[in-house]
Amino acid sequence: MAEQKKSVGSVWVIAEQIDCRLLSVSTQLLGKARKLADELHTSLETILLGDNIDRQTQQLIAAGAERVYLGNTPEFAFYHPEIYTETIVSLAREHKPEIILMGSTSAGRELAPLVAARLETGLTAHCIDLVLDEDRNLEQRIPAYGGLLSIICPERRPQMATIAKGVFSAPEPDETRTGEIIALGAPDIASQRIQTLEIIREEPEGVPLESADIVVAGGAGAGDREGWSKISELANTLNAALGSTRPAVDEGWTELTTMIGQSGKMVSPQLYIGVGLSGEQQHLVGVVDAKVMVAINNDDKSPVFEQVDFGIVEDCREFVPVLIEKIKAYQERLTVC
Amino acid sequence: MLNIVVCVKGVPDPKQACNIKIDPDTKTLLRCDVPMVVNPLDKNAMEVALQLKAKTDARITVLSMGPPEAGNIVKECLALGGDQGILLSDPAFGGADTFATAYTLAKGIQKIGPYDVILCGMASSDGSTEWVGPQIATFLKIPVVTMVKEVVETDPSTWKVKANIDNGYRLMQVKLPALFTVTREVNTPKNLSFSGIIKARKKEIEQWGIDDLGVSQGSVGLKGSPTIVSQLNTKVSNRNVEFIKGTREEKAESLVQKLIGTGLL
Repeated sequence: MAEQKKSVGSVWVIAEQIDCRLLSVSTQLLGKARKLADELHTSLETILLGDNIDRQTQQLIAAGAERVYLGNTPEFAFYHPEIYTETIVSLAREHKPEIILMGSTSAGRELAPLVAARLETGLTAHCIDLVLDEDRNLEQRIPAYGGLLSIICPERRPQMATIAKGVFSAPEPDETRTGEIIALGAPDIASQRIQTLEIIREEPEGVPLESADIVVAGGAGAGDREGWSKISELANTLNAALGSTRPAVDEGWTELTTMIGQSGKMVSPQLYIGVGLSGEQQHLVGVVDAKVMVAINNDDKSPVFEQVDFGIVEDCREFVPVLIEKIKAYQERLTVC
Repeated sequence: MLNIVVCVKGVPDPKQACNIKIDPDTKTLLRCDVPMVVNPLDKNAMEVALQLKAKTDARITVLSMGPPEAGNIVKECLALGGDQGILLSDPAFGGADTFATAYTLAKGIQKIGPYDVILCGMASSDGSTEWVGPQIATFLKIPVVTMVKEVVETDPSTWKVKANIDNGYRLMQVKLPALFTVTREVNTPKNLSFSGIIKARKKEIEQWGIDDLGVSQGSVGLKGSPTIVSQLNTKVSNRNVEFIKGTREEKAESLVQKLIGTGLL
């Protein structure tokens, strides 16, 4: 406490809407940001860009925002890298926030690095916790090989981080809160170097990961496409959602949308079965809230066994077909009785 | 001629990444014997460039930053069909976060000369950040589209691409020069060929250090990085594993019984 307490800039959340619906990650971030702002004795402000989104501002205020910068014009209707970046960068240069948080959504993951580079500041990817350290720096925690790393950005401001949906829980909306709304105009960008010609929505098939009771997740241990198809079959047999690790996605066995973990989805099933995966933190942080966890891996020293309730030391390519047969046999017994 | 720069990163083999630990004292990675490989998605970026070169007059420059050993990563991409390889390597570049890495790579690209297209993998398998591509584009003041899953049209001055978004994709038209980061859906990378390896022997890899790029010590590496690692907490799991024993059949049967116990079957 030798230093005099400097006045601290605001905490900002870049809120996001799709088709005029506020994303849940935005209110979740506001809940966390509200606590950080209180601890820093500063205000909580948010930016929302879209078109026809007046009604969403009340949700932002009820979640804790004291001020909403609202860009509510056709130019903002869909995420556009240059228009959105320019808007946020010029506001941040004017108001000098202490912290900027964004969701790890597809737009957030492109926008955050563009804004951070323009503001010449640091950006931490896909944090799983945020706390203030003794110097009142934002400690941004990310999973890394066998542990949690704390990243700080001590010299530059704002401190920026992206956070996935489901890491923080949304606050109970407080409709008595009031806030100030400041209208933003679209920036004048002369060169249209990037044009969005079309946006196509596709709903993923199968049981959605986030709401599944059972999740079967596969990793590199599947070995090949055939091994992967067995894991997929196990998921089907259990009426479970199929999840994956990054190596499985990189091999092309499954879609990126199935990836669980720090840069993928956060899931909280009743039962999680990890098959042929080694228990990397980047993956397992996405399932810490699972009730019962099972791992199947051929290496009895695999770190995955330190983090589950039941372990089976077997080559998953040999074991999964046997397991499927046993489950089917049980299911048939049920239907007979 | 179309000038393409492909940025590649050497990463610990993702299939063996569980063997990597963090030294609690030095907070550095203990890579053990895990070999370095080309970041998987960077191979997709390389393949985009190779497919273009097959149908148009193009020159592919492979660019990487890393210790001198990362020359092997560049060499592998030359064996895949790259024309020229550049490795940015200097003790001063060490310890860079994504901001300082993107700055250094952008300076490297400016030194290479005129460029039309810069290609990167969407994310690295080790850091799992996706920042370097968009931040290179920022330093070069060129447009960027991330998560490209299909290159639809490649006119000399404009590209049309499909890029993933949550629950769908967007069709984008982008003026060159531009940077694109690609997902694995964009193509299937080819494996190394024997003739490619032979041809790559004759191709030179240039190594550029801090003086070659004309940048200050304070703008690269650890000194040029806004973020630092402040702490390592070893994560302690509160679960105690019970190993299910027996023959394969017995293990499967016991597991089914345990699952029945959860009430979910």
